[in-house]
Amino acid sequence: MTSIRLLSAASTIAVLSIAAAAPAMAQTKFEFWYGLSGDLSERVQEMCKGFNESQADYEIVCVSQENYDNTLQNTIAAYRANKQPTVTQIFDAGTLDLMLSGAYMPIRELMSSNGYEIDWNNYLSGIASYFSTSTGEMLSLPFNNSTAVIYYNTDALAKVGFEGTPKTWEEVETVARAMKDAGYECPIAFDPSGAWQWFEQFSAIHNQPIATKGNGFGGLDAEMVVSQGKFVDQLTWIKKMYDEGIIVHKSKDAGETANDAFVNGKCQITSSSIADHGTFGKQAAEGVHWTNAMLPMWSDTERTNSLVGGASLWTLKGKSEEEYKGAAAFFNYLAQPEQAQTWSTITGYVPVTMAGFEAMKANGFYNEAPYKGRELAVESLTFTPPTENSRGIRLGNYASIRQEMVKTMQDVLFNNAPVLETLQAFDAKGNEILRRFEQTYKGAQLP
Amino acid sequence: MERRAFYRNPVLPWLLIGPQLLLVLVFFYWPTSQALYWAFTLEQPWGGGNSWVWLDNFIAIFRDREYWATVARSAFYAICTTGLSMAVALFLACFVDRSLKGTKLFQSVYVWPYAIAAPAAGVAFRFIFAPQSGIIGSINQIWPGIWDPSTNGVHALAMVIICHAWLGIGYNFIFFLAALQMIPRSITEAGAMDGARPVRRMFDLQLPLIAPTVFFLLIMNLISSFTDSFGLIDTMTEGGPVGSTEVMVYKIYFDGFKGLDYSGAAAQSIVLMFLVIALTFVQFKWVEKRVHYN
Repeated sequence: MTSIRLLSAASTIAVLSIAAAAPAMAQTKFEFWYGLSGDLSERVQEMCKGFNESQADYEIVCVSQENYDNTLQNTIAAYRANKQPTVTQIFDAGTLDLMLSGAYMPIRELMSSNGYEIDWNNYLSGIASYFSTSTGEMLSLPFNNSTAVIYYNTDALAKVGFEGTPKTWEEVETVARAMKDAGYECPIAFDPSGAWQWFEQFSAIHNQPIATKGNGFGGLDAEMVVSQGKFVDQLTWIKKMYDEGIIVHKSKDAGETANDAFVNGKCQITSSSIADHGTFGKQAAEGVHWTNAMLPMWSDTERTNSLVGGASLWTLKGKSEEEYKGAAAFFNYLAQPEQAQTWSTITGYVPVTMAGFEAMKANGFYNEAPYKGRELAVESLTFTPPTENSRGIRLGNYASIRQEMVKTMQDVLFNNAPVLETLQAFDAKGNEILRRFEQTYKGAQLP
Repeated sequence: MERRAFYRNPVLPWLLIGPQLLLVLVFFYWPTSQALYWAFTLEQPWGGGNSWVWLDNFIAIFRDREYWATVARSAFYAICTTGLSMAVALFLACFVDRSLKGTKLFQSVYVWPYAIAAPAAGVAFRFIFAPQSGIIGSINQIWPGIWDPSTNGVHALAMVIICHAWLGIGYNFIFFLAALQMIPRSITEAGAMDGARPVRRMFDLQLPLIAPTVFFLLIMNLISSFTDSFGLIDTMTEGGPVGSTEVMVYKIYFDGFKGLDYSGAAAQSIVLMFLVIALTFVQFKWVEKRVHYN
């Protein structure tokens, strides 16, 4: 009798202790590295906290690596040492290397094998195409995405008697000239390091190829064709405006960035990411009124969709089943409409799904300041279905090619280098980089 | 026959040098061997694999005109920073050595710049030299457009050279001052008695006597300007405008870490390493054989 009682007592304790230990044992920790800092980093931390509080099975540890470059470099170093985080945030220019490396777990596979149903067609077409294979399968989860827009100082527009916002480069030129005549010292702020908005986005919305094979989507043997397209005229125009003092060079090196010059009211027009919409709202000096519009077109051209910028979340190989379950749960948490909306509201990044965008529109989110104007980014991203040239850029070592473009624009502006020859040299240099990349991944097929 | 101390215990010396050897192995030989291996292969950044390409990486960089421009720029940079930094330091040291009023104060003040980390100095100088808002930039208000390192490559390179030279002055100063103070007073006094003015004494007496120090500093400065310029350039110009401040070490960083061309960067760093080894070799050869300390 006593022995039975003892036994049952013992087993009860055992069961109890197992029950007590269970949550602690089941809680799987996994890491997420991201490349945002300052205000945006705090927003990410809040999101991580929200995820950890929403469930008891997983604990996400979110580590800021300060910027995209560091995140990429540190993730690579960690991966090579087999100490990689489960989830990492990789920016647009680092996408191709990761795709070819095979170091990732495709998001579709991850979600379906863990039992989550995601409507992949719901993602904004321009965004989905950037992070998909050539056959349209999404490999990573779009996270913080943006596109470029143009910002105008409305007081300066009013002063020169322009109603609304300029829609074409011709109008921009007229307005900027009028501003110059009206005594504004800096009508248009220009930073050559903004090759993303001034060159890549220009090419996309004017449906101009940067490289053959659909900007590299069709294979690693793509070749640069910038010197054969409309950008030659565009750079010639930029140079002309620069020489006339209508476009003014603003950069970190010059002591004031284009964005700073704009929010301080010194420059009247600038082009930047939609993610700066929120920042401008907060930083605009007193008495500076501004608005934004889709990037201008030349009047004899048809607009196509603009390119997505920003970064996406990748799941890396070599982690445990449990960690993947956690990552999938985290992605599912991010995809909840309310989460998506909060994220887009507090940061200025665009909502990445059509449903998220429609919901925000229906709520009247975009009707009033400070959020009015942000819908233009989505409009710009989805203006047409992505074409060969506006689907994205899939070129090897693209960070280097982008840097060559920065040098090219600087050379034309500052050293009076001839436009066509300099762009031809840019293409040649770009081809060298591409061939080297192709050789590094000899025999590899684009996914 | 020469007398030499030796250990009876064959293990003990190894134990004593062990920690140092380990450090050198881990932080020098291992990364260098890795870089050497990468320089002969095409390495995929994510470590997916690599292929042996013999000398292709070296041929590629030697064929690249831009690379040679970077080498020439680095050489120019090294000569200018070294010359400027040493000349100013020697000038200051000569005055401090003459025991003028306030010498004690200046002895320590002149060393301070050496204690500032290059990136910190870079940030400070960026503000000072900024064409649109800095202190130096304010001359643009008198003569518009006369100073603009953000668009003018010559200005940008001059700016970085000045900053690098400034940072090195303290180090050079200390060595020069110590060397000058080692010269017996009687020699300079004798010179003075013979009617030699301070400038003449400096060229005919002091400089020849401190030649070993000059030579040592020359090599140290050259090496430092090849390898330590990164912190300044990264914070001040990022190699721009139009690559006019892109020196060898910055190109290695950019190609490797931003461009993810690990193999190209590895090959470049091997070239740079041999350059520095050559300089060091020259120094040892000379210092050991030709220049006599007293």
